[in-house]
Amino acid sequence: MLYRENGQFKTSYRADQQIFPIAQDRVVMALLLIFAVAVVPLVMPEYFFRAVLIPFLILSLAALGLNILVGYCGQISLGTGAFMAVGAYAAYNFQVRIEGMPLIVSLLMGGVCATVVGVLFGIPSLRIKGLYLAVATLAAQFFIDWAFLRIKWFTNDSSSGSVSVAGMNVLGLPIETPVQKYLFCLAFLIVFGLLAKNLVRGHIGREWMAIRDMDVAAAVIGIRPVYAKLSAFAVSSFIVGVAGALWGFVHLGSWEPAAFNIDRSFQLLFMVIIGGLGSIMGSFFGAAFIVVLPIVLDNLPYWFGIPIDTALAAHLTYMIFGALIVFFLIVEPHGLARLWSTAKEKLRLWPFPH
Amino acid sequence: MNRLKPIALTVALVAAHLATPALAQDKVQFFPSLTGRTGPVAPNATPFANGYADYMKLVNLRGGINGVKTLVEECETAYATDKGVECYERLKGKHGGATVFQPLSTGITFALTEKAPNDKVPLITSGYGRSDSADGGIFKWNFPLIGHYWVAGDTVLQHIAKKEGGWDKLKGKKIGVVYHDSPFGKELLPIMQERAAMHGFELLLLPVPAPGVEQKAIWLQVRQQRPDFVVMQTWGVMTPTAIKEAVATGYPREKMFGTWWSGAEPDLRDVGAAAKGYSAVMMQHGAEPQSAVVQDILTKVHGPGQGTGPKEEVGSVLYMRGVVGAMLAVEGVRAAQERFGKGKVMRGEQARWGYENLNLTQAKLDALGFKGVLRPVSTSCVDHMGSAWTRVHTWDGAKFTWASDWLQADEALIRPLVKNSAEKYAGEKKLTRRPPADCQS
Repeated sequence: MLYRENGQFKTSYRADQQIFPIAQDRVVMALLLIFAVAVVPLVMPEYFFRAVLIPFLILSLAALGLNILVGYCGQISLGTGAFMAVGAYAAYNFQVRIEGMPLIVSLLMGGVCATVVGVLFGIPSLRIKGLYLAVATLAAQFFIDWAFLRIKWFTNDSSSGSVSVAGMNVLGLPIETPVQKYLFCLAFLIVFGLLAKNLVRGHIGREWMAIRDMDVAAAVIGIRPVYAKLSAFAVSSFIVGVAGALWGFVHLGSWEPAAFNIDRSFQLLFMVIIGGLGSIMGSFFGAAFIVVLPIVLDNLPYWFGIPIDTALAAHLTYMIFGALIVFFLIVEPHGLARLWSTAKEKLRLWPFPH
Repeated sequence: MNRLKPIALTVALVAAHLATPALAQDKVQFFPSLTGRTGPVAPNATPFANGYADYMKLVNLRGGINGVKTLVEECETAYATDKGVECYERLKGKHGGATVFQPLSTGITFALTEKAPNDKVPLITSGYGRSDSADGGIFKWNFPLIGHYWVAGDTVLQHIAKKEGGWDKLKGKKIGVVYHDSPFGKELLPIMQERAAMHGFELLLLPVPAPGVEQKAIWLQVRQQRPDFVVMQTWGVMTPTAIKEAVATGYPREKMFGTWWSGAEPDLRDVGAAAKGYSAVMMQHGAEPQSAVVQDILTKVHGPGQGTGPKEEVGSVLYMRGVVGAMLAVEGVRAAQERFGKGKVMRGEQARWGYENLNLTQAKLDALGFKGVLRPVSTSCVDHMGSAWTRVHTWDGAKFTWASDWLQADEALIRPLVKNSAEKYAGEKKLTRRPPADCQS
């Protein structure tokens, strides 16, 4: 009975078209936001912010960006790490080279640079698709790795190729403590989450999905594939670029191209697939699964006071994690988000299933 | 609705975390250990972690640090920077606070260099990390004790020059540098370029992408260009790969020289006799199976079956590096106790003072069992390195033997390099040099 929609009538288009049409969803969402913004900063120990929550928020954002491209528009990309790197290095250059550049502006400009590069590498998508496109975007990964390793200008002539940022502040408010960093990332995630949700509900999102489901049919009903595909690349790269900038600036503080190598691209693609293709919520589930679960598995022996070799614990983590990925994909090929919506369906009938 | 699950998970995590019984007792000095027991550097990083753990056990058997027992807890990084950062965050506050971190990875060191000043935890990065962090005036929390990349790079060239009969003999020669294409590898280059400009030899830069098993292309270049010498800045699986490729290419091993991360038993054991003649520069210690400290560990720690890892590796190059790292970490705390109170647990901040005022005389080192292993180390506010001595050892097909006398890096050359690089870092970060008064804090 918890989830009963009886009696919730919508009398206007506005009411019918809101993001969460069911009252219970709205309440839970509001409570969740209040919890994330107001309660979490008060109760969590520092370790959770730095090692769990901040990486989770930033990678959720990146997964959200990738999901727009892969999940909504059907263009498989293996260049996500590269677009994150472009965001991070571009934001770094704006910050270092322009005196008095506001932090948020440099982060967003990092996203803009990633958009340009993303669209550039998205052009092949007009001719090729599926796995072939994945291989083409792989070129972005290799090229950009190469560029940031070799072209000294990008790293401000750092002898080691590693760059770092410090003294971050927004309008005079420092972003130093874990709580400040957490709230900073959370703000980005909320804003971009809402933007993305509205984009995919609107006509642009419908164009993307039409292209994904059958591009020839979409073209017949008047959707321009060029516009739809490139706009998906642009929006996705922008969000991914901002996530990359946050990863470098807020999470690592100092980074080298290896922080955005091909493993990162794969990691994000797995997040999207395991979380749920074509689902905003799935991006969060996927990020939680990939970021949080290994840490939990790694810590479990310690929490239960089992003395275990660190190497063995690391190997066990890989094994269990791999087994869980296979398990979840067998149980629900549509990702964790689908499991969640199945649960919601069941809750509607609970406790009287028919 | 969409964030319910992760948050529930997190809450469960916190609950589990708080429910853990406190392992820490009062008088225990906590030394976190970031290990690389898995991943691309496992064969090399494992002996280091074992040596580190064993020496800490030995310290406890010897009565602790003026009565304060040491405690080691490991966290596995697999040489990945983000895992290393996670481990650092996990361990830094445990058991009354971390004393010092030794990440054993340049990437992790770069990331932690940004975090350590806020958390007030010192970092010891013997032979890796940032070379410019030897400048204590700007890097208050970093300690590249007993040497850094530029010391290794300078002395390896000195050794080559000496073998050839003087620096002027290097003029017009070509030296290949095989390096890991990451900050770890690139950090070596400034000193090589400086020396190349000074003595008129040519550098052939041969970067290898991580983790270093794709080297066919660069060895093809070696075959074409025939450099007179090859200097290797490699680590983990990369070193044996390079040596096998050199064997396949027919490049003489006598003309190959490793820096101190490229010359340990796991790198050469598989190649065995084919690697005969390969040399590597060592910051002071090498394989020291006969030293007093190793005998002590064998009888007191491994004897009763308390040892970490196999008994055979005790005294090998990387095991000794772990032992030396642990010794430096402990002696810094001992030095800090002289100032802040004997027999007390030192916080990270206090230990930092100890590392900055380390004065390990030969007599002290000999008493600890490091006779013939180390030379005196003495640090100051300005000099966070403490000593710049190296030796070169050569693989005879089955083990390493010393091939050179003590070499000292050219301070006149390295100091300005360190200072310039540190000033550049400070400029980017808008930091100011520490005032003299801060040195006593």
